[in-house]
Amino acid sequence: MTSTLDRPVKAPTFQGVSARRKFTNNLATVLVTASVLVALVPLVWVLATVVIKGFGAVMSSTWWFNSQAGMTAFQAGGGAYHAIVGTVLQALVCAVISIPVGVFVGIYLVEYGGGTKLGKVTTFMVDILTGVPSIVAALFIYALWVATLGFERSGFAVSLALVLLMIPVIVRSTEEMLRIVPMDLREASYALGVPKWKTISAIVIPTALSGIVTGILLALARVMGETAPLLILVGYSQAMNFDMFGGFMGSLPGMMFDQTSAGAGANPVPTDRLWGAAFTLVVLIALLNIGARFIAKFFAPKKV
Amino acid sequence: MRPGDRVFRGLAEGSGVLIVALIAAIGLFLLWRAVPALTRNEANFFLYGGNWVTTDTSAMQFGILDLLQVTVFVSLFALLLAMPVALGIAIYLTQYAHKRVSGPLAYMVDLLAAVPSIIYGVWGLYVLAPVIKPFAIWLNESLGWIFLFSTGNASVAGGGTIFTAGIVLAVMILPIITAVTREVFVQTPRGQIEAALALGATRWEVVRTTVLPFGMSGYISGAMLGLGRALGETIALLIILRGTQTAFGWSLFDAGYTFASKIASAASEFNDQYKAGAYIAAGLVLFILTFVVNSLARAAVAGKDRSAS
Repeated sequence: MTSTLDRPVKAPTFQGVSARRKFTNNLATVLVTASVLVALVPLVWVLATVVIKGFGAVMSSTWWFNSQAGMTAFQAGGGAYHAIVGTVLQALVCAVISIPVGVFVGIYLVEYGGGTKLGKVTTFMVDILTGVPSIVAALFIYALWVATLGFERSGFAVSLALVLLMIPVIVRSTEEMLRIVPMDLREASYALGVPKWKTISAIVIPTALSGIVTGILLALARVMGETAPLLILVGYSQAMNFDMFGGFMGSLPGMMFDQTSAGAGANPVPTDRLWGAAFTLVVLIALLNIGARFIAKFFAPKKV
Repeated sequence: MRPGDRVFRGLAEGSGVLIVALIAAIGLFLLWRAVPALTRNEANFFLYGGNWVTTDTSAMQFGILDLLQVTVFVSLFALLLAMPVALGIAIYLTQYAHKRVSGPLAYMVDLLAAVPSIIYGVWGLYVLAPVIKPFAIWLNESLGWIFLFSTGNASVAGGGTIFTAGIVLAVMILPIITAVTREVFVQTPRGQIEAALALGATRWEVVRTTVLPFGMSGYISGAMLGLGRALGETIALLIILRGTQTAFGWSLFDAGYTFASKIASAASEFNDQYKAGAYIAAGLVLFILTFVVNSLARAAVAGKDRSAS
């Protein structure tokens, strides 16, 4: 027998979730899940298109080691060697200039001037530089390097424009990596009487190195596909050109753009070249991305 | 101070100063190079929307009215498409997905940003446009009485329209908006979420009452950063949008030039300081536009950081 005390005085006030709330909740779940799928569709679609349409061209024996020298738009044959060399050269020269500047700005922001007025202005300017459109960077280099200093349009001018786009990415990743280096390491080094610059270059940087290199590779992958500076700052050449300071220069995005005006979509030869160049560019970028993941995974300092 | 320290500090500080000087130099050099062309411009730079006449460099006619309209229109259209999807992704990845799934999924969304824009351009024109053609024609035929879908100055079936370009642009800015939004959403205080759950809120109600109010400023600033990216996009739009001689009429089936694609399309004219100056003037306006949009975006995030800590 149950006493009155065991029974609740009032009927339970909890009610099940109303149908309307249930419906809204389910609808929201469906919508947010669907939006992820919506985002993945173009990714898969674009990559599949590039692989399927470009596969034929890159499998030809001449693709990787021949240039397009002497080829006409509708004559099959030739390769993308000139374009690969151009893209890689421009990216390397860009990296040689951007890496020291970018890493030093990162060091400055974390180790020296983070809280100072100059530090704050620099942080803001790096943010602004991140948002500078590539065409504006190209115009600036044109105004400075070509129009004012009187140099020729060249592959090197393209590299300079790419530097503007690459520096902020390197600064951001370097900054992020230096910030997670434990303060204890720096203090231990100071306590041993090691000067600050030696602490940074021998303790802090090596600890963060894998992260910094990862960031640099990703930044490099980002600038490799830039096309706008190529249009303004160097002409597209079908032949080999190893000279960064003169003459037209081939590049993969340049080759792609050249094909779009040479009748890609209508004639199979430029169409194949277009997607072949796209495939090659994606392969280069993928290699950099995989390299970056690899370094991040295997060379990261071991967690204790 | 030891000499090594002095040198190292100098290098680091110098690099910081270099960045600040660089931004100032961009503005100054563009202005300096634009002024000679502007003084020879017979049209009103801000109100002239017709074709650019740069062949006679002593009497040029150029203006940014059409460029500004097309740039803003296509960017806002892209933003309109990308914003809800980005919000959905950010909510799914931070609140719904299991940790094991959300990592790889987030990486895949980020990969969208790694694809070069020229590849988006050729994909948009040669692959996407034919696929969405029936839909575009249907929109034009059944809703053509709304100015947005009326027949514009480019062929609807050809696909070189703002409609196609906006969809491609939306895909390109999606990862930026998502990344910023996700970063803020993930910081929603655990206590607020648990309090909402304890009150019997459903999963969606938790999101609506805690995550959204907390992360709204991050979402807005992410959208602004996406807008900044869209305003400056060059090559994809140059490939997709058909050049046209007719004025822009606020239809999705118009074509034309944005600031960036107009400049890139004129690469052959960069052999004369006055001709180049006209395009540099347009570039300067684009620089200022993106500068303002990006500053506003950063300010929104910075405001959030302060109130959160």
